[in-house]
Amino acid sequence: MTARLLSRSLLYAVLVLFAVVFLVPFYVLLVTSLKPFAEVSIATMWQLPHTIDFSSYRAAFQQLAPNFLNSVYLVVPATLLSALLGSLNGYVLSKWKFKGSEWVFTALLFGMFIPYQSILIPLIQTIQKIGLYNSIAGLVLVNVVYGLPVTTLMFRNFYASIPDSMIESAQIDGAGFIRVYRHIIVPLSITGFVVVAIWQFTNIWNEFLFAITITGHGQHPIMVALQNLAGSQVVHWNIQMAGALLAALPTMLVYILAGRYFIRGLLAGSVKG
Amino acid sequence: MNTQPTTAKRPLLPRTNAKRRLSKDQLLAFLFLTPSLLLIAVFVYGFIGWTGYVSLSQWNSIVPDLSWAGLDNYVQLFQTFRFQADLRNMVVFTILFIACVIFLGQLFAVLLDQKLKGESLFRNIFLFPMALSFVVTGVVWRWVLNPKTGVNLLLDDLGWAFGWYTDTSVVPGWSLFQIEFGMPIALIAVIIAAVWQMTGFSLAMYLAGLRGIPEELREAARMDGASERQIYFKVILPQLKPITFGVIVMMLHISLKIFDLIYTMTGPGANFVTDMPAVNMFDTTFQANLYARGAAIAIVLLLLVAVFIVPYLIRSRKGEA
Repeated sequence: MTARLLSRSLLYAVLVLFAVVFLVPFYVLLVTSLKPFAEVSIATMWQLPHTIDFSSYRAAFQQLAPNFLNSVYLVVPATLLSALLGSLNGYVLSKWKFKGSEWVFTALLFGMFIPYQSILIPLIQTIQKIGLYNSIAGLVLVNVVYGLPVTTLMFRNFYASIPDSMIESAQIDGAGFIRVYRHIIVPLSITGFVVVAIWQFTNIWNEFLFAITITGHGQHPIMVALQNLAGSQVVHWNIQMAGALLAALPTMLVYILAGRYFIRGLLAGSVKG
Repeated sequence: MNTQPTTAKRPLLPRTNAKRRLSKDQLLAFLFLTPSLLLIAVFVYGFIGWTGYVSLSQWNSIVPDLSWAGLDNYVQLFQTFRFQADLRNMVVFTILFIACVIFLGQLFAVLLDQKLKGESLFRNIFLFPMALSFVVTGVVWRWVLNPKTGVNLLLDDLGWAFGWYTDTSVVPGWSLFQIEFGMPIALIAVIIAAVWQMTGFSLAMYLAGLRGIPEELREAARMDGASERQIYFKVILPQLKPITFGVIVMMLHISLKIFDLIYTMTGPGANFVTDMPAVNMFDTTFQANLYARGAAIAIVLLLLVAVFIVPYLIRSRKGEA
């Protein structure tokens, strides 16, 4: 029994140690952002603030608020559109298979893995041609298109678990492609929509490469603005940290409120070995 | 749903109706899929083709010039000090990053599988960074690992202090072409940040895998008198091999195209000790306006990813068929 107690304690010790290490960045983020600038000195970096001070949040918010809104305008339509399209594609590719549909799906899936550098130059040329350069609408389009593979994959796997017999019996009743989708598939995939929406929301909110290449000043989403803020030599650490926290807030909240669905999305969006 | 009795009584007529209905539905299904397929055909395959074409052209200034250059851009690219350093960094980063993510993910999963108190708290601490952006991770870790301010303040008391991402040495530093080959010390800081963010992914995969192993397997092993440790090493871990494979594939394509973390945390670094091909591509194309050379870097990256991903995709297709 003592051996068991010992191994249990060891187990906890290892876990606590790693948990502390994992929490270090959060600790630094929080204590730094809550200090007034007078207190952000190198020597006291690890100490708790003497007085809780929100001035760095005010400063960060003033600088980042317009970009925060840009990100909201980007993420809402892009998430909804890519979930809807993914759902339709997944429905077709799981319940209306045709000759070669498996290969079509594989070709689609490849789009999930490509390094986006390999499409970036033509993408910018095209976005400029259709007049969407330096606009949130252009970013919505890009995020929807390159989100198609992963949302299709998620929904296809999700719909594979809906028994074909349900669809067949609806067809005997005379329900066609659209009615089956509306009355059987959609009601059964509310969870699927939640999982995909949370996953896409997180991805698009955090996306950086498209954001920095397709938008210029004024249209930058929050992540580009945060990088600019952190990249400038004159911005104080406490404001950088407050900015990082503001930029991370929406996805952190989603994780706190719906972590279970986030993890389901993570598993559904990864191809199994 | 009420089935119409006529369908049961007179199967002939409805069946032809059903047939017609079905082909109409199949057509509809096609119609709904078509826009997405066209988008992917253009935005993925068309654009890759176009990038490939640009990489064989002479477009190395602001003004597009698509006259033929053959493989010149590739030859010049591989001769640059920066790209050679990138390839070295990519190999080192990928191996260490994936090894750490797999080791820690598996370790945490096994530890959390022991029916602990507070399991969900630990799980959430390890998974939480997954919800953050690489940009946020980069900003925070640049501060934490800043040689003058960060953890060095704590390590100083122990008599250790590191240069972290400002250390430009390469160990052991064999000469190879123009670069020193070995472990660029500055990369360790970037690997720590990337592992911090991505360990949650492999932890989630392994936990799901462990939960999926039927209890009977463990029971049977216990009946045979195996110790808990033996059960883990002989029974459980071998079952997780496919998961390891899946984690490697997912992490590999993340590490090959890593951009935002480097861009935010360190930039290319002195002597390009923390540079990566994706960062190089961005600078080459959009700062230096060497579009054709940038396209060449992109195509090399794509080929690297494809070499690993395509066989995997085809295999999983066969597995399902």
